[in-house]
Amino acid sequence: MDAIIIETIIKAVVVLAIISALAGFGTYLERKVLAFMQRRLGPTHVGPFGLLQLAADGIKLFTKEDLIPQNANRLLFSLAPVITAATAFIALSAVPLLPEFELFGYTVKPIVADINIGVLFVIGVMGAGLYGPLLAGMSQANKWGLLGAARTTVQFLSYEVVTGLSLLAPLMIVGSLSLIDINNHQTGGLSDWILWQQPVAFVLFVIAGFAETNRTPFDLLEHEAEIVSGYVTDYSGLRWGLFFVGEYANMITIGFLASLIFLGGFNDLWFIPGWLAIILKVSFLFFFMLWTRAAWPHVRPDQLMWLCWKILMPLAIINIVITGLVMMV
Amino acid sequence: MYETIAFYLFAFLTIAMFWITVTTNNALYAMSSLAAGMIFISAFFFLLDADFLGAVQIVVYSGAVMAIYAFGMMFFDTLNEVKERNPKKVVFVLSGLIALMLVVIFVSPIISSKVQALYPMVEGVSNPKEVGIVLFTKYLVPFELAAVMLLVAMIAGIILAGKKMEKSETETEQEEEVVFEKGVEQ
Repeated sequence: MDAIIIETIIKAVVVLAIISALAGFGTYLERKVLAFMQRRLGPTHVGPFGLLQLAADGIKLFTKEDLIPQNANRLLFSLAPVITAATAFIALSAVPLLPEFELFGYTVKPIVADINIGVLFVIGVMGAGLYGPLLAGMSQANKWGLLGAARTTVQFLSYEVVTGLSLLAPLMIVGSLSLIDINNHQTGGLSDWILWQQPVAFVLFVIAGFAETNRTPFDLLEHEAEIVSGYVTDYSGLRWGLFFVGEYANMITIGFLASLIFLGGFNDLWFIPGWLAIILKVSFLFFFMLWTRAAWPHVRPDQLMWLCWKILMPLAIINIVITGLVMMV
Repeated sequence: MYETIAFYLFAFLTIAMFWITVTTNNALYAMSSLAAGMIFISAFFFLLDADFLGAVQIVVYSGAVMAIYAFGMMFFDTLNEVKERNPKKVVFVLSGLIALMLVVIFVSPIISSKVQALYPMVEGVSNPKEVGIVLFTKYLVPFELAAVMLLVAMIAGIILAGKKMEKSETETEQEEEVVFEKGVEQ
């Protein structure tokens, strides 16, 4: 019993450390990739290839004055960033990050909590993460913040249905909600990927994932050109940083979910070992999110609702019905 | 031991959250503590190994309370306190009901020792499947009735909201305001 507790604590700390470091590194990658696509240089001055920009930004965030506006609700204002960051990492706890490996003769399962309804838990907790932006927007006495909070509600109520319905079809094929079972269903290499059986579900899930992680075609919550910074308008320093650690951690989680459910997970691919395969898949999906940001403009909130409720949701339901018919016949 | 600690921790947190929901005068606190309490309840399902219900609790209630926030945003200045009028009758009925419920809660362990599960857990079947087995055999009719009710509510909602869907909101804004003002005058 105690061994499990200690093992879990060690895993949790390692995941927390690595993913939050990666989230920081993600901001550097984002700036570099965007700069490359827009024919700019991006960060170059601090360190080789501007790599130490990360450290400079970190120092700046840590030492910046921590402001709480006068009329804000202090309790919820300081709680909101913690909700975003914490739920992002709680969601990651049920995701198997790598295949099992042996360390000093001890088999390590790189998953913090192996619960057999993994997918549902991850989706639910990530959804609860949107309470961060919502409370942040509502607790600051600021109209931009309130608009950001209103848009959070709109976005949450739109995409959540699509996420759930799009995942239902592949889950019907696998017959389990456990991410490890889903991964083991695709052990036969490239031709076994669920992507080939469920291309529509994959596209819908990725679109909903963009809305879930608040990425560019759907980053209504902090649309600079319209509502200043939305829910983060009044935030500064570390609290602001926590929101972005949470957002990038969510991007990584969506990357893991998409690769585990649709792209074969951490199974060996040709000569590539499983651990490298999943890292490559997640990296590609992360790059894809940045690519989309460089290529597409924002949409309006009403366009997002129109897209989610009138296009994506009917498509997802038709997909489920067809999948069900094929499985029954 | 850990389960006991977790149970008491979450029991305390849940009750504290709902206590805040009932007693506070601030709409923002009321909604936030309601959401937190709903999410803390899921911990009990996880403690009882009902993982599926726990996750469903989080998914369903985080969305449902989010809709309440939308209304709170429109109806209240959520940063200020709401002046409430608490008629004596309401307080009397509410406290009476709570007292009655407490009696039932404290008496129920005595009764529950005689209670037996009509549909005991199937061994070796995963959690969602167990829920499915009971739902689609014994409780199929209530389940379908609930589905029909939701469908009716959805169609009604679409009809209510969809009357002027073809018109653009921004173009008709001026007109609407005039109509609204006339309505107020009358």
